[in-house]
Amino acid sequence: MIREFSSADILFIVSAVRWTLILSAIAFLGGAMGGLLIALSRTSHSKALRRMAAGFIQIFQGTPLLMQLFLVYFGLAVVGLPINPLLAAAVALTLHASAYLGEIWRGAIEAVPSGQTEAATALSLSYPDRMRHVILPQAMRVATAPTVGFLVQLIKGTSLASIIGFTELTRAGQIINNATFKPFLVFGTVAILYFILCWPLSLLARHMEARMRRAITR
Amino acid sequence: MYQFNFQPVLDNLDLLLYGAWLTVRLSLMAMVLGLVVSVLGAVAKTSGIRPLRWLIDIYVEVIRNTPFLVQIFFIFFGLPAAGISMSPNVAALVALVINVGAYGTEIIRAGIESIPQGQIEAGRALGLSPAQIFRYVILKPALRNIYPSLTSQFIYLMLTSSVVSVISANDLASAGADLNAQTFASFEIYLVLTILYFLLAFGFSTLFSAIRRAFFTYPAGR
Repeated sequence: MIREFSSADILFIVSAVRWTLILSAIAFLGGAMGGLLIALSRTSHSKALRRMAAGFIQIFQGTPLLMQLFLVYFGLAVVGLPINPLLAAAVALTLHASAYLGEIWRGAIEAVPSGQTEAATALSLSYPDRMRHVILPQAMRVATAPTVGFLVQLIKGTSLASIIGFTELTRAGQIINNATFKPFLVFGTVAILYFILCWPLSLLARHMEARMRRAITR
Repeated sequence: MYQFNFQPVLDNLDLLLYGAWLTVRLSLMAMVLGLVVSVLGAVAKTSGIRPLRWLIDIYVEVIRNTPFLVQIFFIFFGLPAAGISMSPNVAALVALVINVGAYGTEIIRAGIESIPQGQIEAGRALGLSPAQIFRYVILKPALRNIYPSLTSQFIYLMLTSSVVSVISANDLASAGADLNAQTFASFEIYLVLTILYFLLAFGFSTLFSAIRRAFFTYPAGR
């Protein structure tokens, strides 16, 4: 039964934005924790840790996010958990974000001049103190712009959760389209909503990058 | 305890390998056409013509700030309402080219702007024509500068192309989806698919470093 496209449909689509935001927030927070671990392992003295972190990054950057979602989704059954789209999407996107943020932050940590580490060591700061008070605050300045840039990629990535059946913005659009068959209008609206979420972040990332470049050349 | 069953995958490995070939073909076509779009976009963006620059700006920003999945839905389901219908395979290629073209435009524009003005003036002083200046003095060094970011964007494109399976365009992911519908060995199938994509990404990155060694290692100078 095909019905008219009404304001209630637009409201349904707009309210699905909150699930896109919730999923993005979970993946970003989880990814921030995972990414920090990956970045620290990647820059640590232990060869085994460095190798493991590098392998993790390579696997998640060398395979499609869609496959990662499917693997986690069907993998839940393998480890005996009930199949749940939100859980699967959250886990897969968290792992995905951990790999990308880990790689971005590794670069930021390595951008801190090695003299800083040597000076901190000479002051007999322990590894946690050195990282917390000397290296990471300086790395953070380099890392913020690409991190915000990745957040845009992550928000767009959450759209793939619709394929494993999680009702976020894209899937809400599909549901309305199936009922009203106004694909031009529906997917146009969905695209505009993503644009409203992502564009300010893209502009912010570009602004921060330009400011940092000026700070470096000064 | 979950019983792994790789038999359906092993029995149908030829289907998956054929799907992998389709993904390679689709990605290669999208890379070549996408490169053309990117160069044209970057030329238009760095040209003096204002409305053209605005048009390119809108194209790049809209594509980079919306998900590929929504773009392909819009192209495959939405455009027929405006009188433009395409088969799934054509829609998939068009969507990929439009998508990678936006990222490529931005990358190549940055490359072109990285060429010092003095180098272009030197080309003019040597009596090169504007077309020669663009090709030898701007485009080739610009491509060398941005080669790493451009090729990693291409590999990302190949990985993203798995999404075209949602409109049943033919590729590796939809070969896997077909097999999954017949055998239900879901985890095993997607594990093998993931490994195949990983190998494809590795293959492309090997190919790209071979191309870099062959074409972009002439003396850089100072």
